[in-house]
Amino acid sequence: MKIAVCVKQVPDSWAEKKMVNGSLDRAGVDAVLNDLDEYAVEEALKIIEAHSPTGEAGEGSGHSITLITMGPDRASEALRKGLSMGADSAIHISDSALAGADSLLTSHVLAEAIKSGNFDLVLCGTESTDARMSVVPAMIAERLGWAQLTFAGSVVVDPAATKVEISRVTEIGAEKMQAQFPAVISVVEKINEPRYPSFKGIMAAKKKSIEVKALADLGLSATPAWSNVKDATPRPARAAGLKVEDSGNGGSDLVNYLAEKRVI
Amino acid sequence: MSSVAILIETIDGVVPKSAGELATFAKRMGEVTAVMVGGDCSSQLTNYSIDSLVQVDGVDVSKFGVPAYVDAIAAVIAAKNCDVLLVTSGARGKEIAGRVAVRTNSGVITDAIDIDSEKIATQSIFGGSTTVHSQVTTPLAIFTMRSNSVEIVEGACATSVEKLSATPSTATLKAEVLALEPLVKGGRPELTEAAIVVSGGRGTNGDFSAVEAFADSLGAAVGASRAATDAGWYPHSHQVGQTGKTVSPSLYVACGISGAIQHRAGMQTSKMIVAINKDPEAPIFELADYGVVGDLFAVLPSATAAISARK
Ligand SMILES: Cc1cc2nc3c(=O)[nH]c(=O)nc-3n(C[C@H](O)[C@H](O)[C@H](O)COP(=O)(O)OP(=O)(O)OC[C@H]3O[C@@H](n4cnc5c(N)ncnc54)[C@H](O)[C@@H]3O)c2cc1C
Repeated sequence: MKIAVCVKQVPDSWAEKKMVNGSLDRAGVDAVLNDLDEYAVEEALKIIEAHSPTGEAGEGSGHSITLITMGPDRASEALRKGLSMGADSAIHISDSALAGADSLLTSHVLAEAIKSGNFDLVLCGTESTDARMSVVPAMIAERLGWAQLTFAGSVVVDPAATKVEISRVTEIGAEKMQAQFPAVISVVEKINEPRYPSFKGIMAAKKKSIEVKALADLGLSATPAWSNVKDATPRPARAAGLKVEDSGNGGSDLVNYLAEKRVI
Repeated sequence: MSSVAILIETIDGVVPKSAGELATFAKRMGEVTAVMVGGDCSSQLTNYSIDSLVQVDGVDVSKFGVPAYVDAIAAVIAAKNCDVLLVTSGARGKEIAGRVAVRTNSGVITDAIDIDSEKIATQSIFGGSTTVHSQVTTPLAIFTMRSNSVEIVEGACATSVEKLSATPSTATLKAEVLALEPLVKGGRPELTEAAIVVSGGRGTNGDFSAVEAFADSLGAAVGASRAATDAGWYPHSHQVGQTGKTVSPSLYVACGISGAIQHRAGMQTSKMIVAINKDPEAPIFELADYGVVGDLFAVLPSATAAISARK
């Protein structure tokens, strides 16, 4: 099996974020591997381990995991993290024309990179903690014309039958879905517990290859945006309101407050 | 004037309140076409401003899900020459909108909380700390609208239903639903639609009875933090936050919830926030309009009693 995992470098969840010229200011904040993507890397490793003669991912397994990211030069740090968890190699699409790319462009670029790799499965996190759109995996499936299996809470792969089955919980209920390879899968954070890179993993990652590609290498050129930001205004931080200590009538005082404000 | 398609998604045949909200937003921009996929649910739309009703068949959304909706919508947009599509901003709605955007090479803006007659959308991002206005520059503009963001303006609904047949694309048939176990719905309102949400966290220590009783006294929905859903105290479908649901009710009551950034991401745009927490330093108090420092097992029952006394 050849598995691709799409990952993204994002500002640390705790960092203060602001908009500059219509897009997120990424230069001024600490960046990390999107934590929801770690679950996708972990799930890819688990899938390979379950079907590897040695029980391990990596060269002896007969399978491979390729990380794919789109982002500025320093996004390679996020790739190193995934490689040290155990992925085999990485593709880094880096091009100044991609700064501020939206989901349509991102899915376009990722889909083109995936096309050239002959993959059986593509795994993604359910969303990036910065943009929070949750649409890129579905968009990639649409672009490739592959099966879409999103929000998976469990993934079972049958490589011999080139089949994959997932279970998921959505607004309508608990579903089981099935597809033939190739498929695009996104995994929810309840699916597993991502491993910490071991010392050995971190050392090995230093020797793994990251292939850097520009847009032209994928046969693409920059496209005009499909939408634009007119203005972005920071809202004054929500001022903390009243805080009262409960000394027996905290409950009824609360209800009086709510009645006064006419919310009940 | 625009021609606006709105997608009516049903759950178990029931039209959610958000359909009326989509009609309200759509009417500001022009002619409204409601797209029904699967069954004819027009009898539940009679109070909304809808100029035409289209029922699409030929695609099986219960078996093929999101891409089947996309096939249906693409057929309506082509037939009706729509220049705007509005979908409710749930997990499924966003995927549908995203795929229609790819298929029609159109721009998409997700999770908007408002949109005006000029098709300029308002979003509240970074956990509510920044307000953004944006617009789509392609001939078809696609938006997903966060539920509970507008007061429904009622109006007249078309009475005849037009039928349209769509053909599933080959990719649609590649992933199929093998089995579906519908969510058991309690008697409480839907989390994303409720005017009031009362949520419990680790501080409940697994006992949600006080949270539920207070919620019921207010006719509220019950939410939970991830600590509570991870512990199995409450179903995951009730989780509020980054990896759960995003809610923006007029009142959000956080009980025994510390206010982690991932939780805030799902509730920070609530109009009023109340926190009940026994730790005076809990970060949730930073965003609470009204905070009670105390034991939720004492505060909630007395609040519930006070509500009952007012009735
Ligand atoms: C990738 C990722 C995604 C996440 N997604 C989400 C998400 O979608 N939603 C979410 O909620 N979290 C999410 N989290 C988890 C989040 O970081 C917090 O761990 C979680 O929100 C904590 O839940 P809590 O506030 O209930 O528990 P705690 O942080 O343990 O807080 C419990 C609070 O209860 C108070 N308390 C205890 N006993 C009482 C009592 N008797 N009366 C009153 N107060 C009491 C305590 O003072 C404390 O403040 C996510 C984390 C990660 C890493």
